[in-house]
Parts: sequence; C-alpha cells; structure tokens
Amino acid sequence: MKNRDQIAQSLAACGYIADAELATAVTLMQLLRRPLLLEGEAGVGKTEVAKALAHVHATELIRLQCYEGLDQSSALYEWNYQRQLLAIEAHRGHADAIEDQIFSEKYLLERPLLAAIRRDQPPVLLIDEIDRADDEFEAFLLELLSDFQVSIPELGTIKATSIPHVVLTSNGTRELSDALRRRCLYHYVDYPDVDREARIIMARVTGANSSLSLQIARLVEGIRKEELRKVPGVAETLDWATALVGLDVRDLHDAPETVHETLMCLLKTHEDRARLTPEITARLLGKVA
Amino acid sequence: MSCGATSRRHDEIDEVSRLVAGKLAAFLRTLRDSGFAVGLAEGQDAAALMAQGYAERPALLRIAFKHLFSARKADWEKFDGLFDAFWLGKRVRSRIATSGASKAANSPSLKSLQDAKSERRGEPSAADQIPSPGDDAPEEARGEGRMEGASVASNLAEIDFRKLADPDQIGQAHAAAAQLAKVMRTRLTRRDLARRRGYRLDLRRTIHRNISHGGVPITLVKRQRKDKPLRLVVLLDASGSMSMYTGVFLRFIHGVLDEFREAEAFLFHTRLAYVSDAMKEKDAARALDRLSIMAQGAGGGTRIGESLQTFNRWHAARVIHSRTCVMIVSDGYETGDAALLGREMAALSRRCRRIVWLNPMMAWDGYAPEAKGIRAALPHVDLYAPANTLKSLAALEPYLAKL
Repeated sequence: MKNRDQIAQSLAACGYIADAELATAVTLMQLLRRPLLLEGEAGVGKTEVAKALAHVHATELIRLQCYEGLDQSSALYEWNYQRQLLAIEAHRGHADAIEDQIFSEKYLLERPLLAAIRRDQPPVLLIDEIDRADDEFEAFLLELLSDFQVSIPELGTIKATSIPHVVLTSNGTRELSDALRRRCLYHYVDYPDVDREARIIMARVTGANSSLSLQIARLVEGIRKEELRKVPGVAETLDWATALVGLDVRDLHDAPETVHETLMCLLKTHEDRARLTPEITARLLGKVA
Repeated sequence: MSCGATSRRHDEIDEVSRLVAGKLAAFLRTLRDSGFAVGLAEGQDAAALMAQGYAERPALLRIAFKHLFSARKADWEKFDGLFDAFWLGKRVRSRIATSGASKAANSPSLKSLQDAKSERRGEPSAADQIPSPGDDAPEEARGEGRMEGASVASNLAEIDFRKLADPDQIGQAHAAAAQLAKVMRTRLTRRDLARRRGYRLDLRRTIHRNISHGGVPITLVKRQRKDKPLRLVVLLDASGSMSMYTGVFLRFIHGVLDEFREAEAFLFHTRLAYVSDAMKEKDAARALDRLSIMAQGAGGGTRIGESLQTFNRWHAARVIHSRTCVMIVSDGYETGDAALLGREMAALSRRCRRIVWLNPMMAWDGYAPEAKGIRAALPHVDLYAPANTLKSLAALEPYLAKL
C-alpha cells in the first residue's frame, strides 16, 4: 500500500497527475496480473495513462491501434512473403531444404501482439480503442490475454517470455463483450476536478504559473457545464493553456477578448462556437476568481 | 459459487478471516443481484486482496474492489453505494438513473419511468395532464376511423391492430410480428451476401496464395469491403394516444432485438428510456408484460422533442453508425415544443442514414398530418408510412433492404 503512493508519485514525476483511484488500479494491475480497461470520454487522457505507465516501469510501450477490419496478420504476425519468394527463386530445385528454411523465425514479421510477449523485459502493451475492432478480434484477444501464448501452424507454439502490462482503452462506440470486461480491471476516467486539472496544466505547459493554471481550470470547468455538443477534454485544455501562455496572457481578467477569441482551442463545432457568445464568456469569466 | 472459490484459503487464515470470507461471498451475491458480471476468478482475486491487508483499510478496499468488480460505467457509478450499504451499513442513496437526468442512462430505467410518473402526479399544476388538441383527435377518429382498403375478409395481415379484440387474434398478431422481424433479418442478410464482390486486388495476399505456384500469380485475391450489418434503432412512442398499438410494436421490437445482429430499442412518452436490455430477456411474455404495464401507465402527454434531445445527447454516439436506420413509431402528437422537435430531428437526420417514421394513424380516413409536431418533423423524415397492419409492417422490408 506504500507502493500505491510511490506509483502516484512516479506517475506525477513523468507528467501524469493521477487520482488516488487510478494509482490503486495500477497497483492492482501488478498484484493481480489483470489487464486494465479504461473507459471515458474522448480527450480525458486514457492513452496518456499507458504512456506514463511505460515511463514508470522504465520499459517499452507497444501500441496496437484498433480499427474496423483489424485482423490477425496486422495485429499478431505475418510471414514475409516477398522474402520467402526471393528465397524460393534463389534456391530453385532444392525444394526440401527451402521448405524448412522459409518457415523459420527469419521470415516471420512480428506485429504488436507477438512483439509484446517476446520481450525480455515486460513491456506496456496499449490496445487503443478496442471498441473499434470487430467482435471476432475481441474474442481472439481475450484468448491471447488469458493464455499469453500464440500458435503459429508452420512454426509451433510460442510461449510468452514475459507477461506485458496490458492497458485497453475504449470510447464506447460499441458495447464490449461481458467476457472481456470481466477479464479486466475497470477504471472510468472522468474529467478531472479543478485542482487536478490545474496541476495537470502546470505539469504539462511550460510557463503556466499556478494562478493562471487555476483560472484556466476553473473557466474550463464552467464551460463544461454549458450545454455543448462536444465537451472539451483535457487535451483541449492543454492546447488552450499553451495558446494563452504563447500569447503572453498572465491573467485571464486582463485579456477577456483574447480569451474569447482563443476559445477555438476548446470548442470544436460550429454550434458550440456560436453558443458561447462574448456575453457568456464574460459571465463565465466573472465567476472565475 | 464463490464460497467454493474462497474455501481453498480457509486452512491458511484464522477464524476472523473466515467470517470475512463468508461475508465476501454474500457481497459477491449482492453484486450479482445488482447486475454485476462477477465470476469465480474475481472472487478469488478479492479474497487474495483481503489477505494482503486491504481488509483493514475500508476506503482502500472499496477502491480496489471497485476496479475489480465493475465492468461498465453503470457499475462504476453504483458501486460505492452498494459497497457502503453492505460493508459499512449505510443506506444506499437512491440514485435512479433517468436518461434525461444523469449520464448513467445505460441502465434500463423501468423503475425510473414509474417513479417519474408518480413524481409528476405530485405536481399540483401538471400542464401535461390537460388534454391537448392533439390528444383529442385520435379520440374522434377512433369512433369513426376506418382503415383504407381494409377488406372484410378476416385476413389477419390486413386488420388494423386496434381492432384486434379477441385474445387469440392478438396472440396470433404478436407471433406474426415476431416472425416478421425474423424473416426480415434473414432476407436482408442473404442480399448482403449476394452483393459481396471484391473490387480491389490485394497484392500481398495474392503473393501469399501463389507461393505454391512459385510466385506466378494464378489465383488472384481480391479485397472486399466488409459490410456492416444493418442496425435498426427503434424509438417507440408509448404515450396514451398510442396505447392501442404499443402491444404489437413491443412484440415486434422483441423480435427485432432477438433476430437482428444489431438493434437497439427505446421507449418514450414524456421522457426517454433505454429498453434493449430489458427486452432481451428470454422470457418474452414476462418482459412484455412489464413493459406493457409501464407503457400503459405512462399516459399524459408526449414530449417527442425532449425525448429526441435526450437520445441525441446521450445515446446517439453509441447506437448510431453509418448503416443505421432509425425507426420512430409515433402518432406525432407533440405536447411539448414543436420547434424543439424540428431541431432535434434535423440533428438526428445529420447523424444517421435513414429515418423512418411509422404513424399508425396515417391510414385512418380523413387523417392529415396537421399536428404541429409531425409537421415540424416531416421535412427530415426519409420514409413516412402507416404501420397499422402486419401487411404494412411487412411492406417496409424492401425499403430497409436498400440501405
């Protein structure tokens, strides 16, 4: 349990300000050796968790970006066909010798999932936006995550040399299967509260002092409460903070016009942009002490 | 049972721990009763955590268990309450998730609808209790309305649903509605298969396939787009003016949810409820009974605009993809703001492929879409059709197949 505070500290050291719950989740990942499933709105920093985790463990981050139609050959392994063909051409006539040769490690292309279980030091495996992959891929992944071994018909079974730290993220565009959910630890990443967001800004944006960070965090919190089509995430807040610092704004009250004009960093649809009129911005700004 | 999972550790731990383990088993049962997907492995892990010293720090144990046992956002949000109630003896704050009121709109809110209703009863000035002009119209029509083109022959397919009085006939109609959903699904799928043809050469796989020919490309491998299955999202108006039709449509929805690979269902009257999970219950009769009771009790105005707003805000991103057809079954008598309905319909039509609006009243003699609700909505509707008989319901199929 002391461990947990250490993890929170080391996450903070590499720029990820975690809440107590997330630090616990990371501790449990190691303790129970289960994957961690992160859900939450876009832009709340799900992917960043995996990156920070790789920093904390001082290990490699292997990322698998999921998309519709993702299949085994781009996720797990594939034979290097061109090279196999070259070998066949070069050794024409020695069929037996070639057959053994072209189905060896040398001709195997590692894809992220295979790479992740063949490292000497356990890497962090980030399976990003798992909800975009098909049901079939999800079932396959489930099998891999429980056995940590891969069987390649021509080569035999490859067992994991190290069990990776697995982080899955989902945006909720498709409902995940209960089996996968049950297999994982679950953490819902919510928008951070004002204090934490201010600390995140300070950690990530060079030149943002504590009072400005707090002002930005408070204003963003106010904006999130407005009826918006697309609520700004932490990534947008950081963009905006960087923009304000770049434009030499020290105090939001000194430059209400700049504040309003730079809201384009936060609001990404025409409707939202139109909804936040200068008057509303001024009202929100008034609430920021 | 989780008792079995934990019993293995009994040798190692003392009497106190045994009590805790027993209580843990009871807690797992509570969680399962509340809809958590908790299995044996979770029970074992939980026992391991407690043995590691988490048991002495309730706050920490709660966070740890929360990660271990939750599987979705709805679980995540109700876990703290359950934990406190079970282990710390606190009363659970009643966090009822009505889809409009909170983000946790995923849970089927059967109860919330009833609660919402009793809440409204409490209000002294219930504006929506006053029958609006919209509510009157169907009453008149009910008296003299006649199905256009309905023959006297008792062909079940052509009898207006509201005229089905005999329980046998109703049963038949319900079975037919479920069957219809099944047939639609099979045909739609077969068409998909027949249409599939590769349109682009996959060079990489072609080389792979032709290694046995020494690399001479004899067999060509083509790349084909993977067709997304058609997804049907049904929004059913369960208000008082629709009460004659809701029974049949509920049965139809049950069939659709059962047979289509991807389908979602919502009920609305004064607010929106997500009912897919409740409807997926295998015992059709029981699911329908509960929903029918709920639907009947929900008279008192229809707020289509507000319901759609809720749908667009909280559900649309999840349930709508590029091959989605939204089917709204409603008479279009809006008691709320018609302009809002227009705006929300516009937003919805930008999002989905097709909007079908089924209006059972449309086939009645002398019906014209004059209610302000339906007039605001019509410009955004791709197909506006009657659906008061099994035949007219079946006639939709070719349209859906074109998606």
